[in-house]
Amino acid sequence: MRYEAPTTVDAAVEFLASQSGDCHMLAGGTDLLVKLRSEMIEPDAILDIKRIEGMKDITAENGGWRIGAAVSGAEMNEHEALCAAWPGVVEAVGLIGSTQIQGRATLAGNLCNGSPAADSVPAMLAADAIVRIAGPGGVRDVPVGEIPEGPGKTSLKANEFIASIFLPERPARSSDAYLRFIPRTEMDIAVVGCGVSLQLDESGKVARARVALGAVGPKVTLVPEAATAIEGSTLDDAAQAALTAACTSAASPIDDKRGTIAFRKHVAGVLGRRAAKIAFERAGGAA
Amino acid sequence: MALDDRSKTRDFKVIGTRPVRPDGIDKVTGRAKFGADATAPGMLTGRVLRSPHPHARIRRIDASKAEALPGVKAVVTRADFGEVPEDVFDILDNCMAGEKALYDGHAVAAVAASSPAVAKRAAKLIEVEYEPLPHVTDVDEAMKPEAPALHEGRTEETVPEGMSPNVISRVQFGHGDIEAGLAQADRVVERTYRTAATHQGYIEPHACLASMGPDGQADLWCCTQGHYLVRNTCAAILGMEQGQLRVTASEIGGGFGGKTTVFLEPVALALSRKAGRPVKMVMSRSEVLRASGPTASSSVDVRIGMTKDGRITAGFAELRYQGGAYPGSPVDMGSMSAFAPYDLENVRTVGWDIVTNRPKQAAYRAPGAPMAAFAVESAIDELAKGFGLDPLEVRLKNGADEGTKASYGPTYPAIGLMATLEAAKSHPHWSAPLGKGQGRGVACGFWFNFGGDTCVSLNITPDGTVTVSEGNPDIGGSRASMTMMAAEELGIPYDQVRTIIADTGSLGQNEVTDGSRVTFAVGLATIEAARNAKREMCRRAAMVWGIDEEAVVWEDGAARPSGPNAGEHPPMTLAEIAAIASNTGGPIAGHYEVNAEGAGVSFATHMVDVEVDRDTGATKILRYTVFQDAGKAVHPSYVEGQFQGGAVQGIGWALNEEYIYGDDGVLQNPGFLDYRVPVASDLPMIDTVILEIPNPGHPYGVRGVGETSIVPPLAAIANAVSEAAGVRMTDLPMSPPRILAAIENG
Repeated sequence: MRYEAPTTVDAAVEFLASQSGDCHMLAGGTDLLVKLRSEMIEPDAILDIKRIEGMKDITAENGGWRIGAAVSGAEMNEHEALCAAWPGVVEAVGLIGSTQIQGRATLAGNLCNGSPAADSVPAMLAADAIVRIAGPGGVRDVPVGEIPEGPGKTSLKANEFIASIFLPERPARSSDAYLRFIPRTEMDIAVVGCGVSLQLDESGKVARARVALGAVGPKVTLVPEAATAIEGSTLDDAAQAALTAACTSAASPIDDKRGTIAFRKHVAGVLGRRAAKIAFERAGGAA
Repeated sequence: MALDDRSKTRDFKVIGTRPVRPDGIDKVTGRAKFGADATAPGMLTGRVLRSPHPHARIRRIDASKAEALPGVKAVVTRADFGEVPEDVFDILDNCMAGEKALYDGHAVAAVAASSPAVAKRAAKLIEVEYEPLPHVTDVDEAMKPEAPALHEGRTEETVPEGMSPNVISRVQFGHGDIEAGLAQADRVVERTYRTAATHQGYIEPHACLASMGPDGQADLWCCTQGHYLVRNTCAAILGMEQGQLRVTASEIGGGFGGKTTVFLEPVALALSRKAGRPVKMVMSRSEVLRASGPTASSSVDVRIGMTKDGRITAGFAELRYQGGAYPGSPVDMGSMSAFAPYDLENVRTVGWDIVTNRPKQAAYRAPGAPMAAFAVESAIDELAKGFGLDPLEVRLKNGADEGTKASYGPTYPAIGLMATLEAAKSHPHWSAPLGKGQGRGVACGFWFNFGGDTCVSLNITPDGTVTVSEGNPDIGGSRASMTMMAAEELGIPYDQVRTIIADTGSLGQNEVTDGSRVTFAVGLATIEAARNAKREMCRRAAMVWGIDEEAVVWEDGAARPSGPNAGEHPPMTLAEIAAIASNTGGPIAGHYEVNAEGAGVSFATHMVDVEVDRDTGATKILRYTVFQDAGKAVHPSYVEGQFQGGAVQGIGWALNEEYIYGDDGVLQNPGFLDYRVPVASDLPMIDTVILEIPNPGHPYGVRGVGETSIVPPLAAIANAVSEAAGVRMTDLPMSPPRILAAIENG
């Protein structure tokens, strides 16, 4: 097994192009090392992107924030301006693993792992994050929703990797939130996850919302009906009930060791309601 | 060994204090050597090939391709083991399958190779031809006559004809007339309770290093709760004399009963014998969960009758435990302990031992008792609450005390159940207000405790320090407690004594660390070894002084003349006697060998507050208090740790832990992600109240404390959750989907 740690994007792309076998990307490694140790994968090569310039940076850009692919959850949670702008995305990343894992785990890695239960992905989808992908033709930007394709599958090509993730400028009177359900209080994988990002108009009504669900389908999905349910409302009981019903209805989970279909559908509604209330309050809304 | 008269009133100097644990620094600095830390020159890596089928006939094993791989030094299958004595046949068959693989993860072959990578490749090259057979993993399903049968001809005479061959044995305990008792009741609760199989969840996976020479002498280093048991079992399986196999126990990262048997050790020895090199084997977490010994799952029918003033008129329980692929589930102990906390005129339990296509169960902290207590204590709670009675008062009204004829036969000497109930009743926790969506539960628990074969050697060094050698791995603080008891008895400071865990070549037979026996039995032996050493030191002082040895007593760490004709002599301290030992007859030591009896049964009462989220079915443990009789707490911090640890394991068992098998009979959650033990943030500080009702069978009154604490929590939590959720929960674990479904179904 070959290990490569280039220092430029071009060198990394070149190395990927030269690989015919199974090459895995290493940023934080919190998924990769588990798979290696549990013998789920036997890679021919590992490409470590941590030494590439910019990969560890959180940079202000056009009023938004660009987050390098090797930035850890702990670094994001210690970045005050980022926390103020996108509290939902940051809290979602912060839920992954333990304190030790937080020192390593990355937003990009969580996305690339392709898990429908990835905590940060519903939050990023609600936030309308843009993913910058490096490949043989240079870089290209795609909406985060286009990356997941199914459990363990992404739309990234074998010769591409994620270089950074961009969270757009936060409008006035807006905020976001992420909640997940796990049977424990930490060190667990979402049975249901829900990210909500919303903006209020000057009268305090929800002007625009994005609601995304995780772990209740083959990939993280946006639920436009849930957004519609609360747009134009002050998140009154009727709007909350409609949001709850929309989330429950949109969830298409499986029965497995982590939860039943009925349980997941029900909890999707509960979390949608609870996350929306948090985002609403953070945006300055008053019920 | 009777309680010393003066122990009831004496002022202990060391016992009851909280000195720094002697293994602490090593464990927090990483210097401690655990099972996987053993190494030897020329060491090979061993790896087990495991069955992917829950039940399959093994048609053929062809290891030729693996053996041809460079770096492979040996492959063993069952054919490499000879005929073995009947009492270890199942143990061998569990370590290395014979005709059939009986569960997902059952070992079918093993390889020793020059590196882990080669061993892994080699294992894949071993060809096994399986004939898959129908399987069964559920205890009630396995009892049905049409269920797939694991074994033929293993059924005992106690089982009526016509039942499935998976039903191995039936036990029965009790006295009185159940139907007559139930007829006196104002209400009878009749329910079925179920618990899932759970794993001890010890942090350290099984690991060992085996080295056998061409002369047949062998050494084995391993992580175990009893290296003497490992020695005897492995010697029997490998056809060795016990004296030719020396076993050294490593530090142990938890066991809770799960390390009271062997899994890797005979295989590592067989590989070493064949390869002529030391072989190290370490289980992965997945292997631990698939192929070590979780406890039984259970299905229990209960009928209990109560009068409206809270008197239990009759108690009946029928318990069905599956203990995996081999006979020996702890249903006997479940049946004995189910009603043990109560003084009942009419009581009966019937227990069935069932086999299924799951790993062979091993002991888990008070094996068999928690499931039985869950059923009985839930039913008692339901009756008490149904009559509007205080559940503690109901237990006080029916509780066992000195002189009670226990449901399993004996008549109790002085016991501590009532003391724990009284302490619970007067504790501020019991009267604290509860909020909306919250519930409080209480339950009692019992455990037998055990003594057994024990051998201790206490040596006085020339400079007057003391070393104690015991033969039980230090799993719950035994080095600290033996050091304390030796220091107390000798009248010297704690830090003048060091206790080590000796290998099997250094002491006589020692029973495995089980039955909460070590602080009691090894403690008793340590005290007696110290007394023997004191007698010898008094004899040496008498020799120096030229007086009769009967005229010398030992007080405050020194020999002193005593009695009318002893004369005036300044005391001789332990160090002074040690310094001249060579001139007074040679080294001084004290020994003690005993099959310790009088362990003293143990009782606890637990109280827990929970909050149930009615939208998600999630349960939060808000407050938890353990009340338990310790007889005499040698090192109270360790005692509290045992109380807390049992409660926490019980919380896991009650709320989230379970072995989940798919329809394919394969374990779906062989890892700590989906086998959910509680994490620190799930728990409040577990409060503890130590009661001290001296055990009449120990010089200082010590009782074992390690196991009782896991007996009450399942029921205490279920009683609290049932109150908070407004619906009676009868199946464990009370996972969020199960609670939510119960709330929705009313």
